[in-house]
Amino acid sequence: MKLKVLIAEPSQVVTEGLQSMLNDCAKLEVVCTVDDIGMMEERIMVKHPDIVVINPCILPYTRQIPANLDLPEGCFAVGLVYQYFEPSFLRNFDAIIDIRDSKPDIISTLLNLEQIGEHKKGASDGASELTKRERDILVLVAKGLMSKEIAEQLNISIHTVISHRKNITKKTGIKSVAGLAVYAMLNNLMSEPKSDELQE
Amino acid sequence: MKRFSMFNENMKMADLILIKPGLILLLPRFNIPLGIGDKSVKALCEEHGVSAEFFMLVCNIYSFDDYIPSTEEVLSTDMSPLVSYLEESHRYYLGKRLPHIANHIDRIAKQVKGTAGSVLKHFFSEYTKEVVSHFNYEEQYVFPHLEKLAHGQADEDYVISDYVPGHTNIEDKLDDLTQIMFKYLPEEVMAYETIGAVFDILQLSEDLKKHSLIEEKVLVPYVEHLERSGLK
Repeated sequence: MKLKVLIAEPSQVVTEGLQSMLNDCAKLEVVCTVDDIGMMEERIMVKHPDIVVINPCILPYTRQIPANLDLPEGCFAVGLVYQYFEPSFLRNFDAIIDIRDSKPDIISTLLNLEQIGEHKKGASDGASELTKRERDILVLVAKGLMSKEIAEQLNISIHTVISHRKNITKKTGIKSVAGLAVYAMLNNLMSEPKSDELQE
Repeated sequence: MKRFSMFNENMKMADLILIKPGLILLLPRFNIPLGIGDKSVKALCEEHGVSAEFFMLVCNIYSFDDYIPSTEEVLSTDMSPLVSYLEESHRYYLGKRLPHIANHIDRIAKQVKGTAGSVLKHFFSEYTKEVVSHFNYEEQYVFPHLEKLAHGQADEDYVISDYVPGHTNIEDKLDDLTQIMFKYLPEEVMAYETIGAVFDILQLSEDLKKHSLIEEKVLVPYVEHLERSGLK
């Protein structure tokens, strides 16, 4: 599968140059190019790129990446820079391409991201079975407890609960609490079902 | 931004449907009966008093996944059929699709041992309630607001910015349901029943996604525009 790339860059010369370089690589495919931030957000919604190459110039001044930029999970933000930016700002990107980088360098920067991605999501691809801890949390979620309540009950931090919940959703493919309740029931994880416990 | 090769109103309606069979579902929402012969979209729309422009906007949204109309396009299109189109779609989902899927679920639930069947039914009936209240809200607040503004009346009681954050995603739970159906249902359930249900749910989910897109990218910018021009 090719990695889908979206380029968000105001200069047509640069966009087309980069596009033709990336399309020469068998593992990359530029699916869309845009020149402003509004279009970028819309296109991300419909094109589901794996990598977004962004010239930070098009970002509103206060916007930090990826903190406030709503990139979907698993989508990498790569900065395309012409000039000096604060290192603290550039750290918000998953990788940086300098306009003066050579073609092989640019391509390898993008391909390296994929390896980071594999590593990140390794758990979900390898083992689709829920761990014991995840099953415990799933049952509490299905009973309608909020993350905060689960954290208190199990004596763990709320961040841990949220990260478990993310993994549960990744592994099962189910997002809603009601859906998770059905999953828990079908897999006999719930001992005593009560219909009022299934409500969100 | 006008784009490459989209459908246009001079094409034959029958050709459109041959290319994108799903478009046939749009005809009843515009009160266009079958028996369309070889007429063009424009001719059929004129015959049935539908704005061809608006019809094409909806057709293109349904046919091309990467097409999102720009605000300029929305504002230059005749929006008079918008509310009746959306209401008709609501009626179709509530009156036809959801009961049809509910029947599938009932039959599947009967084949599942123990309480799991009733849990599945419960999930779907809760989902249906959610959809009903979602549609009710739009029909009670958003559509009347739009119609008042479109008729040049001021309407201080409601603003569209109240609608945007509350416009919840009603497709996610359907996607959950498809996952449950084909990944986690016990083996005793007849495959054909489940497959039939999954097809229907996927189709409805796709339809609802386009429906939401029309609300967010057509209805909202249009009402925002009316609210702004009312202020002047």
